[in-house]
Amino acid sequence: MKQFFAFIRKEFYHVFRDKKTLLMLFGVPIAQVLLFGFVLTNEIKNSKIVVCDYAKDYASQEVIRKIEASRYFNVQKASMSHDQIEAAFRTGEIKMAVIFPADFYSDLSHLNKAQIQVIADASDPNTATTLTSYLSSILNDFQTEMISTGKVPYTIKPEVRMLYNPELLGAPNFVPGVMALVLMLICAMMTSVAIVKEKEMGTMEVLLVSPLKPYLIIIAKTVPYLLISLLNLTAILLMSVYLLDLAIKGSIVLLFAESTLFIISSLALGLLISVRAESQMSAMMTSQMSLMLPTMLLTGFMFPIENMPVAMQVVSYLIPSHYYYVIVKAVMLEGLGFASIWRETLIMAFITLVLVGINIRSFKTRLA
Amino acid sequence: MDNIAIQADKLTKRFDDFTAVDAITFDVRQGEIFGFVGANGAGKTTAMRILCGLSRPTSGAATVAGFDVYKEAEKIKKNIGYMSQKFSLYEDLTVMENITFYAGIYGLSDREIKERGAKLLDRLGITHEAKTYVASLPLGWRQKLSFSVAVIHQPKIVFLDEPTGGVDPVTRRQFWDLIYEAADSGITVFVTTHYMDEAEYCNRVSVMVDGRIDALDTPSNLKKQFNVDSMNKVFYQLAREAKRSGD
Repeated sequence: MKQFFAFIRKEFYHVFRDKKTLLMLFGVPIAQVLLFGFVLTNEIKNSKIVVCDYAKDYASQEVIRKIEASRYFNVQKASMSHDQIEAAFRTGEIKMAVIFPADFYSDLSHLNKAQIQVIADASDPNTATTLTSYLSSILNDFQTEMISTGKVPYTIKPEVRMLYNPELLGAPNFVPGVMALVLMLICAMMTSVAIVKEKEMGTMEVLLVSPLKPYLIIIAKTVPYLLISLLNLTAILLMSVYLLDLAIKGSIVLLFAESTLFIISSLALGLLISVRAESQMSAMMTSQMSLMLPTMLLTGFMFPIENMPVAMQVVSYLIPSHYYYVIVKAVMLEGLGFASIWRETLIMAFITLVLVGINIRSFKTRLA
Repeated sequence: MDNIAIQADKLTKRFDDFTAVDAITFDVRQGEIFGFVGANGAGKTTAMRILCGLSRPTSGAATVAGFDVYKEAEKIKKNIGYMSQKFSLYEDLTVMENITFYAGIYGLSDREIKERGAKLLDRLGITHEAKTYVASLPLGWRQKLSFSVAVIHQPKIVFLDEPTGGVDPVTRRQFWDLIYEAADSGITVFVTTHYMDEAEYCNRVSVMVDGRIDALDTPSNLKKQFNVDSMNKVFYQLAREAKRSGD
């Protein structure tokens, strides 16, 4: 055990003496959270929207007056065709279009319900959601007033269409994504680079000749990265709670337990790379191409999986970060318990076991 | 049999259809400096890796410090030291941290580490450099330090794989002084080299050609046997017949 701790101490020297490693370990996660967070969560004021009023009746005028009064919108009245609206979206002139159909008031008074169409530019999903929710609350206001003036309760149903990005991926969704990315980065990439470095320097042989058991060498190499990952995880969670106002709805213990499982699977992936890679450079490239990119592109963090070609979807189901992303979203954002994520946990545990198994095997054959 | 440190009997290692080590047989006596010379690719390193437990032989038998290489690799590891041809200290650690680390993984107590570490630094005359990063030490010093670290746990046998590559003759001579001191204290030294002047320093030398041991004796007997005046010429005569080219 004493040998083991001597080893871990040495690993910490390596980590804390290399400025580049330190930057990678602590700078990147913080920068990512801050960048994603502040780029995506600014409050929106004076957004240009276009209102097409085909009804021009009492009710539509009333709603439009309320929209104009709001500080969030900069209203431009026009009767544009659908193509014109589309064109205005493309040039980025407007963020949202509100269209009142010709029979708005008559529907409202005869059928007790009417529809208006709301089109939002969801290429910036946060802005789109925020704007539509501002509009919905204005419509709610209008309805409450109508009820309080003694008229029949009407319902105005805004029919919202999100252009360009129907999934509305944005701030709340990126935190789980960043978590998966950062843990993958630290565990898989840094570990594989650290081990390959020993191979490259020739120190690995000296270690293998020592009475230290090979599996202890490997565990000792991974322990610092495991600890640093947990530290990073804590930092990301603290930042998302205190800087991004994103509350953790579910159990923190569960979140950390699931994260530890994911960390172990990432460490196993890193080891797998380190067994095959001959230089630090190739270890770095391999982990970037085979781990970072898939984590970024195929976990559903940036692009919805449903929209991918089937082959890509299949690939995405093989990546542990896919399950981790789903789990973190469920626990952190939706406050769900273990009952609703046991399936993902099981798959992730299975993948981890397979990876560890492959590692043990290839470690044995390497010594033969 | 007590004074035999290493014993190899028809030890063979094949990689697919390439025979890296071809049925080598030899004994190394305790306290002896045993040289293993041969051209690049002759199989020296592979043979040494087998004896260190880094690689399993395909056939044949061998014992190191009385332990079987097939079954008792763990016991062998406790009794040997190893210095690879690549530089084996950590550059981002200080001299003392390297000593502490290697002594630590061999299970030395804190007191032993402190005592032996101080003695080692004193012997090398670098006590004032204890807190220097190894990266800024000259190559010759690093190699001497590397060797001293490899024997800090006082192993029965130390394996040196081309330990003096790239250093000047004066430093090499100093390095050999350290080897003699180790041998005097009872440590068996098994050293591979392709410097023939170093072969002259060994008690006995084996010359490997194409995975076989083609000659094995004291340097003076070898010179007599081949009727030449230096190990260099002995080596040339044997290596001329080699079919494998070095890598």
